[in-house]
Amino acid sequence: MAGLALKNIHKSFGKVDVIKGVDLTVEHGEFVVFVGPSGCGKSTLLRMIAGLEDITDGELWIGDKLCNEVQPRDRRIAMVFQSYALYPHMTAYENVGFGLTLAKTPKAERDAKIREAARILQMEHLLDRKPAQLSGGQRQRVAIGRAIVRNPEVFLFDEPLSNLDAALRMDMRMELSKLHQDLGATMIYVTHDQVEAMTLADKIVVLNGGIVQQVGTPMELYHRPANLFVATFIGSPKMNLIEVEVKETASGMITVGSQTLDPVAIPAIGAVKPGDTLTLGLRSHHLTLGGEALTGTVALVERLGNETIVNLEVAGGNALIAALDGDTTIERGSSLSLGFAPQNAILFDASGRALDEAVI
Amino acid sequence: MALTTRRSRLSTALRYALLVAVALVFVFPIVFMVMSSLKPDLQLLRDTTSFNAFLPVGDISLDNYFAAFRRAPVALFVFNSILVTSITVAVSLFLCSMAAFSFVFLNWKGRDVVLAAVIATLIVPFETIAIPLLLVVNNLPWIGPNGLTTGWLNTYHVQIVPWIADALTIFLFVQYFKDLPKDLVEAARIDGATWFQVYARVIVPISGPVIATAAILKFLAMYNQYLWPLMVTQSEAFRPVMVGLQYFFQLNVAWGEVMAYLSLITLPVLVFYLALQRAFIASIASTGIKG
Repeated sequence: MAGLALKNIHKSFGKVDVIKGVDLTVEHGEFVVFVGPSGCGKSTLLRMIAGLEDITDGELWIGDKLCNEVQPRDRRIAMVFQSYALYPHMTAYENVGFGLTLAKTPKAERDAKIREAARILQMEHLLDRKPAQLSGGQRQRVAIGRAIVRNPEVFLFDEPLSNLDAALRMDMRMELSKLHQDLGATMIYVTHDQVEAMTLADKIVVLNGGIVQQVGTPMELYHRPANLFVATFIGSPKMNLIEVEVKETASGMITVGSQTLDPVAIPAIGAVKPGDTLTLGLRSHHLTLGGEALTGTVALVERLGNETIVNLEVAGGNALIAALDGDTTIERGSSLSLGFAPQNAILFDASGRALDEAVI
Repeated sequence: MALTTRRSRLSTALRYALLVAVALVFVFPIVFMVMSSLKPDLQLLRDTTSFNAFLPVGDISLDNYFAAFRRAPVALFVFNSILVTSITVAVSLFLCSMAAFSFVFLNWKGRDVVLAAVIATLIVPFETIAIPLLLVVNNLPWIGPNGLTTGWLNTYHVQIVPWIADALTIFLFVQYFKDLPKDLVEAARIDGATWFQVYARVIVPISGPVIATAAILKFLAMYNQYLWPLMVTQSEAFRPVMVGLQYFFQLNVAWGEVMAYLSLITLPVLVFYLALQRAFIASIASTGIKG
């Protein structure tokens, strides 16, 4: 098993730059998720690691080996495709064992490895079937089995769950997490689904426009997004953003306010002066009943049982989303006041970068 | 409800009637050929004016077949044709599918230009290159049982080699390969397959329909060869069936024998077509290519 290092990786298709200088280190045994909207370059980056796309510039290290020019089969990687890419003319058994057959692994050893993978994935009963006779989830298992038997240093997953229905996706997500624990292998996983990213990852890499926006643990990204893009991309419902004006700066505190928001002192450090315009970010789950900071009219109430999602129209035409307790009795059209703890708020400067949090 | 059922039944009946009519158009010449091959010439010519031409009536015998065998080395011609055709089909399918594989799955400079050039050769009629080609093969060396020789005339390979590379066959494979999921190739690459293993163990096994289509088209084209073998074979030892047909038009033409000969040489085609029919139809149905 080994880690991975990407050093200033670039990728261009003709004149179009898709990946614009990615630096990233993946530790041995880590579960790293590349997440971002469609076209952000996350799949391209994965395919470059796999060796399916040439690297235009930069260095790719797998373990202690420079792999830019190494053939896919010699990179000690295995990949699970979104389409599963099972060979339609082979049974599940043959699909799983294809790599071993090519490597001329002795029959007995091959059989043992295939059956072990099948046992781990609980698909012993499916081994004689061809892909056409398998359901989506079963095909997924076979595809993962094919990756496992190769005993790779790095597992690569390209949106492996996006063709499954919601319930199955959740099951497979948990199984993948368990598989990662059992195998202790390095895994790189691409998805556009931030829930998958949050639940699976040790480390999330948020990409947009071919540039890494932020690298961090799910909780770091949730609580301390580096910029507005990450702030709005990670977390559901989306983070609330309110345009505010700096009223006063003191040591480690920036007091901001607006038409919508009564002045409040936020613990943050940044080169700002009174009169500057900033963006205040507030998670829906950090808004609480009983405060007086934000007042508005309830436009919509969605009762999910465990929580109630409230759309609040506040002064200045802004809309806020608050995730409140499930038992809250709020009616549409009523007036509502919400508060928040200042340490939970994040300030972004005019360029969209988050101001540093002040330690109080 | 009843009306809809009746209407749909009527349309089904009409559709079948049309299909039967079309089938008859194709079947009648074959029936005529086989029936005529069983009749003496006098009766054969007399029957052409009536429906009897399609019926086994009158003086029916296999005499024409025996006569055909006496007149020409029929078995030799059939053997030559099957040998030349089957070797050409096999080698051509192998090489053309590999060429198509490289056009579709490999990245190399000038790939699209070369493919366009290959496909462009489809519009060049054979007649325009027949003489230059004859001059070329007449000067080519060959290593055979007699050691190094020059000139390919009067051999089997002169009838095979020029026909192996075939733009139509390459084109058929290219079109089919383009529709295959690229993930399969990539998965195989990651599984450790060499390019040849990707071709042989992943792509070829799932290319049954296009192989059948290309095989039938190539088989027919080769089996029906006339001009080229006529130009390059002077000795009957290497001549194929179509050139052999001219033996029946020398001196007195016996139509019964012609029909017997034609019936005999049609047999291999029917056998080959029936064997691949299912895959052939599946392929046409799925790609929209008309055979």
